[in-house]
Amino acid sequence: MSDDAFLAEVRQVFNEESKELLEDFEAVLLKLEDEADSEELINELFRTVHTIKGSSGIIGYDDVVAFTHIAESVMGRLRDKELALDETLLSLLLDSCDQTRDLIRQAVEAPDEPLAEDLARNGAGLVERLKHYLDEAPTALAEQPAVSLERPATPAVESDGIVANDYWHISLRMQPDALQHGLDPIYFFNYLATVGRVVKLSLLPAELPPFAEMQPETLYLGFEIDLESSADKEAISSVFDFMRGECTLHILPPRGKIAEYMLMINALPEENMAIGEILVASGALTEDELAEALAMQQGQTVTETVDDGGTEPVEVEARPQLGEVLVDNGVADSSVIEAAAQKQGRVRQAKQAEQQAVRVNSEKLGDLINLVGELVISSAHTELRARQTEQKALIETTEHLIRLVEEIRDVTLSLRMVQIGDTFNRYKRVVRDTSKELGKKIDLRISGGDTELDKTVVERISDPLMHLIRNALDHGVETPEQRVAQGKPETATVSLEAYHDSGSIVIELADDGKGLNPDVLIAKAIDNGIITANQQLGLGEIHRLIFAPGFSTATEVTSISGRGVGMDVVNRNIDALRGQISVESELGVGTRFIIRLPLTLAIIDGFQVQVGNSSYVIPLDLVDECIELDSMRSATQSGEYIDLRGEVMPYLHLADVFSEIAPGEQPKPRNNIVVVHYAGQKTGLVVDELLGEHQTVIKPLGPVFKNLKGISGATILGGGEVAMIIDVPALINQITAVNPNCRGPNPLT
Amino acid sequence: MSAATQQPLLQDAAPESAGRQQFLTFGLNDEVYGIGILHIHEIIEYGNLTVVPLMPDFISGVINLRGNVVPVINLARRFDQQPREINKRSSIIIVEIETGDDSFAEAGIIVDNVNEVIDLGADEIAPVPTFGTRIRTDFIQGMGRVNDQLMILLDINHVLAISEISAIVEFNGSPGDLRERTAEK
Repeated sequence: MSDDAFLAEVRQVFNEESKELLEDFEAVLLKLEDEADSEELINELFRTVHTIKGSSGIIGYDDVVAFTHIAESVMGRLRDKELALDETLLSLLLDSCDQTRDLIRQAVEAPDEPLAEDLARNGAGLVERLKHYLDEAPTALAEQPAVSLERPATPAVESDGIVANDYWHISLRMQPDALQHGLDPIYFFNYLATVGRVVKLSLLPAELPPFAEMQPETLYLGFEIDLESSADKEAISSVFDFMRGECTLHILPPRGKIAEYMLMINALPEENMAIGEILVASGALTEDELAEALAMQQGQTVTETVDDGGTEPVEVEARPQLGEVLVDNGVADSSVIEAAAQKQGRVRQAKQAEQQAVRVNSEKLGDLINLVGELVISSAHTELRARQTEQKALIETTEHLIRLVEEIRDVTLSLRMVQIGDTFNRYKRVVRDTSKELGKKIDLRISGGDTELDKTVVERISDPLMHLIRNALDHGVETPEQRVAQGKPETATVSLEAYHDSGSIVIELADDGKGLNPDVLIAKAIDNGIITANQQLGLGEIHRLIFAPGFSTATEVTSISGRGVGMDVVNRNIDALRGQISVESELGVGTRFIIRLPLTLAIIDGFQVQVGNSSYVIPLDLVDECIELDSMRSATQSGEYIDLRGEVMPYLHLADVFSEIAPGEQPKPRNNIVVVHYAGQKTGLVVDELLGEHQTVIKPLGPVFKNLKGISGATILGGGEVAMIIDVPALINQITAVNPNCRGPNPLT
Repeated sequence: MSAATQQPLLQDAAPESAGRQQFLTFGLNDEVYGIGILHIHEIIEYGNLTVVPLMPDFISGVINLRGNVVPVINLARRFDQQPREINKRSSIIIVEIETGDDSFAEAGIIVDNVNEVIDLGADEIAPVPTFGTRIRTDFIQGMGRVNDQLMILLDINHVLAISEISAIVEFNGSPGDLRERTAEK
């Protein structure tokens, strides 16, 4: 791999990681708002910004480095408790987070162009304000990077023991699969040579298996490096920044203190390595001292359990602790040995926690889902053929196969499911900033954050949702004074909720603000030529006017909303996801937006029916039951509705809806109603024949049919023929829309 | 899957560099037409069509092309002509059409019979006459001359213009028309 290719890959990874890091950064800041003195959070903050800075540096995003360096310094002071975190500083850090994001975006999108003017100006302003915090306290701002970045909360180093070593000591352990990730240690060593002279590089082959078992692509070695350099610790550490998180790194200064070595031993990954070797390897002991200790240890045999620093008891080797031997003989400082012993226990605990998740390219996942789709189709085909043979054994086998395929399908689809909570949490920031800007007091309540839906849906819903929230904050919620005057609590509540409902995900956004005013909406719609003055509209339709193109109720256009395209775009985006949005509102009480989204875009359980000469598939989640029409009909001959156990249910003839019967042909006797429910409403669909359940792989119909309403896609049946999937919500909405006075799907008399 | 079978066909069409173009010729209602071979994916037998409801009459339906759902256009109806009855020589030519923003979609066209691939030099292609053709002039890329006979070379991206077709679909096909249709009944 050439250096250029290496760098390109590094950039790619960095771009992805930086996004996540910045999200973490923001989340931590928002948490800090509630618990300002949490040391853990501040450390996390520091760590995140340090990683961003380091990685940016190694791939040459200089603007990002320059800016984050200052932010990092401020956080360093925060961490050292030289500064207190107050509201102003928090806002400043949030702004800095945005600035960093913008800088990275610029660096990624237009690396060779000079910084955009507003970006530079904004940056300069932030730097100015950040510097203020750096200058505030007169104490010298010592750069105090952490001994180990995994453990930035370095306890004060108290021991006076100094190691006789004039060089920096760097201890590096990379992940065994580092080579497969393109992280060749040699690149880092070459780079290290630019900050100093590598005096000695020792390899630690302790993990090396016998030659026959060795995998050439696995990195078994650990590295201990002695470096002669005048650079400061940060510069040395920055060499390894790109590996951060992929390796364990310790950098000890020349003439380091024993206590620092102790910390390093604590964090070294070699689990089975004898403590003595660790000590020698890290330079705390000489070979002679170790040899002496080992000789003594072999003389005794005791079984012992060591209490791991007050936490869980940990089984240790059946021999006396090498550490004790060393201490008894005055060879090593007892504090150093204790640290090494504790480490052995902790390594085992840490192993369980890590590696719970695997990162997979979403393209690969998409391929997998497509393949599973094909598998579903061909297994249905196989089953059909098996049934035709009427061989019992074969049919049983294929039925088993089908069950397995169904399970594979469910598991595969769940791989792409993500919790919507992360997206919801992102809005906390929006609510915080916007409410400050508007001088309103708003409490965002989130529930159902663990509801899962398809990642592609989550990605595409986040922008429309953002728009709705901004609208609610800007137009929906009143100012605190107005609220108090109306007897409402001063702080408004905006709630964001997600839940499952009959095969869809429902996202509700409700506020307790002023609600939609029908008179204002009508006046506005007439002004904008959306409706005419003498049109009679029901309340629901009046509310729906806000989704009409070119409609905006705010009399003033603010920076937050009100360009008059918003709701229209929201509506179309949700439409494109095969979802629906509706609005409920009561004047003076509040507004509620209800968004329904399909659970997934790929495979569903379907119910296959025959209408005329064609097969149609109805999403099974929407089907309640199937009943015979004739038996129900006699009582209510006049209209196209039936009495379903005391409930009036209108029905549609699908054959009429889809013009399935050629003109002049006698309609077949239809006698089955499929009862579907959607958004709390039941509707009957009259079909010719019920064909049963069918695993339905949704195939898009392509651009030619994009304007076709009532059909959401196509699927391929077991026999290879194509069947249309009925888009029940769109069908019902469409029919309701024909008659503006309809409240739901009325009988078509 | 399909990429493997299509590839050789596309490569054979390469000698366009010499100013010559290859066209697949086919018959439709006693007229011979040509389509630039670079637009053509494959030719399949007519059959297994699924009707899509609420479609204008020139959209015959969709077929399952190795797992993809591909719309099929009745070319004769698209040209406002009465189609011939389907016979055993009837074929569906799968073509690739532009859908805007540099993306492409597959579509099938029904023809009476497929003839051959011909090779035309630039001097053998005449400009489109301003009137006098039986089909809309914007459907025509040029007039090819083979053995002193003229044939229409179709501009397939215009014949199957997605924006136009989907607009017709919208006009034609929404279940909202239901009231009228039930009234007729």
